[in-house]
Amino acid sequence: MAEPAAAAAGAPLIEVRALAKIYRVGVETIHALRGLDLTIGRNEMVAIMGSSGSGKSTLMNMLGCLDRPTSGAYFLNGRDVSRMGARELALVRNEEIGFVFQSFELLPRQTALENVELPLVYATGAWRGRRARALAALERVGLQDRVHHRPNQLSGGQRQRVAIARAILNKPAILLADEPTGNLDSATTAEILSLFRALHQEGQTIVIVTHEDEVAAHCQRVVRLRDGRVLSDLPIAQDVAGRFLAQHAAGGASC
Amino acid sequence: MLNPLFWLQAISLAFSQIWANKSRAFLTALGIIVGVASTTAVIAALTGLKSKVLSEFESVGASKFFVFPDRPDNAPRNMYPWEKILLKPAEVVAIREECTLVKAVTPITEVGLDVESGDKRIEGITVAGIWPDWHQVQNRFVVEGRPFSQIDIDSERQVCLINEDAIRELDLPANPVGEPVLIGGRRFMIAGIVETVQARFFGMNTSSAEIFIPFSVAEKLQERNFFMRIEGMFASPAEAEQGQDEVRFVLRRMRGIQPGEPETFQVAAIDKFIEQFKTLAAGITAIAGGIVAISLLVGGIGIMNIMLVSVSERTREIGLRKAVGATPLAILLQFLLEAVTLCLVGGFVGVAIGRLAAFGLTKIPGAQLEQADVPLWAVALSFIFCAVTGVVFGMFPAVKAARLDPIEALRHE
Ligand SMILES: Nc1ncnc2c1ncn2[C@@H]1O[C@H](COP(=O)(O)OP(=O)(O)OP(=O)(O)O)[C@@H](O)[C@H]1O
Ligand SMILES: [Mg+2]
Repeated sequence: MAEPAAAAAGAPLIEVRALAKIYRVGVETIHALRGLDLTIGRNEMVAIMGSSGSGKSTLMNMLGCLDRPTSGAYFLNGRDVSRMGARELALVRNEEIGFVFQSFELLPRQTALENVELPLVYATGAWRGRRARALAALERVGLQDRVHHRPNQLSGGQRQRVAIARAILNKPAILLADEPTGNLDSATTAEILSLFRALHQEGQTIVIVTHEDEVAAHCQRVVRLRDGRVLSDLPIAQDVAGRFLAQHAAGGASC
Repeated sequence: MLNPLFWLQAISLAFSQIWANKSRAFLTALGIIVGVASTTAVIAALTGLKSKVLSEFESVGASKFFVFPDRPDNAPRNMYPWEKILLKPAEVVAIREECTLVKAVTPITEVGLDVESGDKRIEGITVAGIWPDWHQVQNRFVVEGRPFSQIDIDSERQVCLINEDAIRELDLPANPVGEPVLIGGRRFMIAGIVETVQARFFGMNTSSAEIFIPFSVAEKLQERNFFMRIEGMFASPAEAEQGQDEVRFVLRRMRGIQPGEPETFQVAAIDKFIEQFKTLAAGITAIAGGIVAISLLVGGIGIMNIMLVSVSERTREIGLRKAVGATPLAILLQFLLEAVTLCLVGGFVGVAIGRLAAFGLTKIPGAQLEQADVPLWAVALSFIFCAVTGVVFGMFPAVKAARLDPIEALRHE
């Protein structure tokens, strides 16, 4: 059922096989993921949905190489990431992954520009011209006039834009966003989502975790999880979230 | 692999971290500051004292020698009673008569006596009995009046020499030559004024009244077995070694010491004192080093504590840095650098305070420390010690930070 959608997007960028994650808390074992399969192609924009506790964040952390699976395989760009050590993983996170968090995770004492530059600090390759690159990323998210502001001088939406600028700075293979609009009001949510869509149109592969069908309707494809397994994996038009498509088209036109 | 940008931001972060927690950083570094400051001050004082003393030894001259009574090491007390060991006047006469390499020699014996002039009375002034050669040996001459002559010695004349301080303290006229003073109840005539030599080492002879009388007169004022020392001069420093042997030979013969028996006296030239002083200075420096080591240990524990606090406070930040690609090594170095920076800043403040204290020492009148200064090696060593402390005590917190799991760290709080 999932295969046709992935195949349509071209060669797989992300390939996850029988991914399992087991947490042990005291004597309890929690199966956060129970043998999950997922394939995501280049330049796809995928929404991951599911009830609370279904394993969305756990999956995103795996995809973002922040966490390692208990078992199963994860191929990113054809490389087996699940076998890598801490140092190699750091490199992958630096070069291939942009992560956007629900709570922004900006460094409070640094300016927007410094926050955006952060990935270059840990870059092994080209770090020269960092100012220009960070400025370009800030401009890309529409914050060219907030460059020297600190996070507490920015609105929630602006903070998330800074976080997005930071995530796209190294031109990552995938942009992962775990409930990026969870802390934002609906108007700001719409702004952030249209930014994601624009990035997608420029060729960025994007995976967004969300609880809201309206948000999911901005994506091409919706993966629904339940109990650590894929429940459904459908193109947006066939998913229940598809009912918001027309609304966005109308809303997008009025913007 | 770690790019220059990393180092740049790591260093600036380390400083901004200290700046953001100024009072905390200050309290943490206090142990290091105090330790380094006190040590640099001690070393500065010692350095000042050393150059002072050495230059003074040099001015005294390498051709000078001293003779003291000395009980042989490990010898039983009753085998060498003190009165047998004491130098005798006949021995100094023998040295003068028989030692060809000795250019000038004087016995010196000191006795505390009450001195009176008019209605002015000072109790317990040190009165030294000397020979005319004393001036040449001590390189201090008579500026007014006349020195002692051999006749003064031979006929035990009641004449004396005094210095400026004694004139002041006894309220004598500006030129008191020819005036009478009562020394130990006897009437002495002031024959001359001995020049005042500024700042003798170890506070000796500094600004105090001095009175000199002929040695033969002092002998009479002393008790039966009195202490005397001998000071003398060889014709040149080159003859010092041979000259010492000559003096020892004469004394051994006078005391009937058989070959192989230990000597009951000591003949020493100035270089021996220089050696002794250098050993003493090195010892004090080592103690100062010990103090700094202990204070750095104590300070280091404070540093470790504060770095652990910092790591746990900034767990989320560490998580984020890891999420954007910081390797464990990068995090480790970041925190190590912070600990080292904190220690170095502490060391810097400590050295600055130490320098200030050294400057203060030079201004203390009469402390003889006007040459006190923190030598460059002490500054360099302080910084090296501080850096090592930072690395050693910063290592555990830094490793802890580096080992944090990125997702656990991000989930913190
Ligand atoms: N560090 C952890 N230790 C123990 N159990 C965990 C841990 N992280 C997640 N879990 C458990 O794993 C399961 C999946 O958690 P996950 O955070 O992936 O859910 P989610 O789909 O993101 O939920 P939400 O929509 O509320 O964010 C949950 O039952 C959760 O309790
Ligand atoms: Mg979640």
